[in-house]
Amino acid sequence: MTAQASTAAPLTMDQLAAVIAHDIPEGSYVNLGIGQPTKIADHLPKDESGNINVILHTENGMLGMGRKAEGEEIDADLTNAGKVPVVETPGCSYFHHADSFAMMRGGHLDVCVLGAFQVATNGDLANWSTGKSGDIPAVGGAMDLAIGAKDVFVMMSLFAKDGTPKLVQACTMPLTGIGCVSRVYTDYGVFDLGPDGARVRETFGITPDELFAKVAALQREPRCRVDCP
Amino acid sequence: MARTSILATTDQAVAGIEDASTILIGGFGLAGMPFDLIDALIRQGAKDLTIVANNAGNAEVGLAALLKAKRVRKILCSFPRQVDSYVFDELYREGKIELELVPQGNLAERMRAAGAGIGAFFSPTAVGTPLAEGKEERTIDGKRYILEYPIRGDYALISAHQSDVMGNLVYRKTARNFGPVMATAAVTTIVQVNEIVPTGYLDPESIITPSIYVDRVVQTEARHYTVKGAR
Repeated sequence: MTAQASTAAPLTMDQLAAVIAHDIPEGSYVNLGIGQPTKIADHLPKDESGNINVILHTENGMLGMGRKAEGEEIDADLTNAGKVPVVETPGCSYFHHADSFAMMRGGHLDVCVLGAFQVATNGDLANWSTGKSGDIPAVGGAMDLAIGAKDVFVMMSLFAKDGTPKLVQACTMPLTGIGCVSRVYTDYGVFDLGPDGARVRETFGITPDELFAKVAALQREPRCRVDCP
Repeated sequence: MARTSILATTDQAVAGIEDASTILIGGFGLAGMPFDLIDALIRQGAKDLTIVANNAGNAEVGLAALLKAKRVRKILCSFPRQVDSYVFDELYREGKIELELVPQGNLAERMRAAGAGIGAFFSPTAVGTPLAEGKEERTIDGKRYILEYPIRGDYALISAHQSDVMGNLVYRKTARNFGPVMATAAVTTIVQVNEIVPTGYLDPESIITPSIYVDRVVQTEARHYTVKGAR
């Protein structure tokens, strides 16, 4: 990478979704979880028939999931993981829940993109509970997905509402999975994570040096490098 | 003759369910939820139940209606909190229902194990997280796993698209979800279907749940609900 930002301004979540979509290899089997990462589907390249170039998995038992259903297409028996009605694509298939999660655990999915409250530079992920007492706990498929793909990416804003970085040295919130995240896509930059720390791949609207000043986890990590190949 | 009973009413289908039973209830959100069997269970009156389901009900239909009727002592599920799970939320906050939170894949696999005669299994899901606390851990080939035990039901209440008179089942789209697994994991599996067809009508290659797992079948009018808003 260069010492300059790739873009003049930080990315919107929609622009970030387009960046991630561009990075997913054609033909991959992909799970986009729920919430923000599902926007990535809108930016995946399409073939001449108008079908996206990857195969989407949804935890509730389908490969080849299509876009959100509209009007007459809505069928209560066909929803995505967020319970939103969706449509089929040619070549889609259905299977039961144990098979769906065996697909994850068994390492058959290529890419999974999840949201996060916190990610540590060692790849630890916290995205299921803020740990606040009084909150009703809910985990869904988060823990299975966290360990359930060859590459687990996170899509999130780099800073929480109170301005604190969500990329941290060690998660303070309850963990979803350990050492499972390989790359973090944020509005201010993209980071590759591994046992040797966090590497900056690219920054948006901020220089790497400015980023190091704002994100202590990057700054303090002695092996953090900006010479990403 | 097949052992599966084809029943005329949902009330007959849920007859005999005892207080304090463990009941597996199919569905992911509302897709695949056996609304009519749950309504019949509410009329039947069994109480002090332990329910195993993915969610803890939406609005006031299906599972939420059962919770509202105060028949459930404990629920095992992966994702109780939803935009319209207010019935569960209130019971939980008042301490009137016990919750065992289980990651979704472990929930499915624990029922699969019960149906397949597996004593326990090592899962990589939840290793190093609060949901692994108190569970036996083992490292196998350098990877960490936790020990998970089967979940058996006294009853399973599920929905399917069609059943033949023998009890062979086919499902529709993602409404299949937990149905085939729960059907294997309960002593008595009770199924509501949109249509009962003659034996021999279903393509044997397309049958998802073979009749051996099915005890009682009742045909009901298809009722469809979609969740308002995402989970």
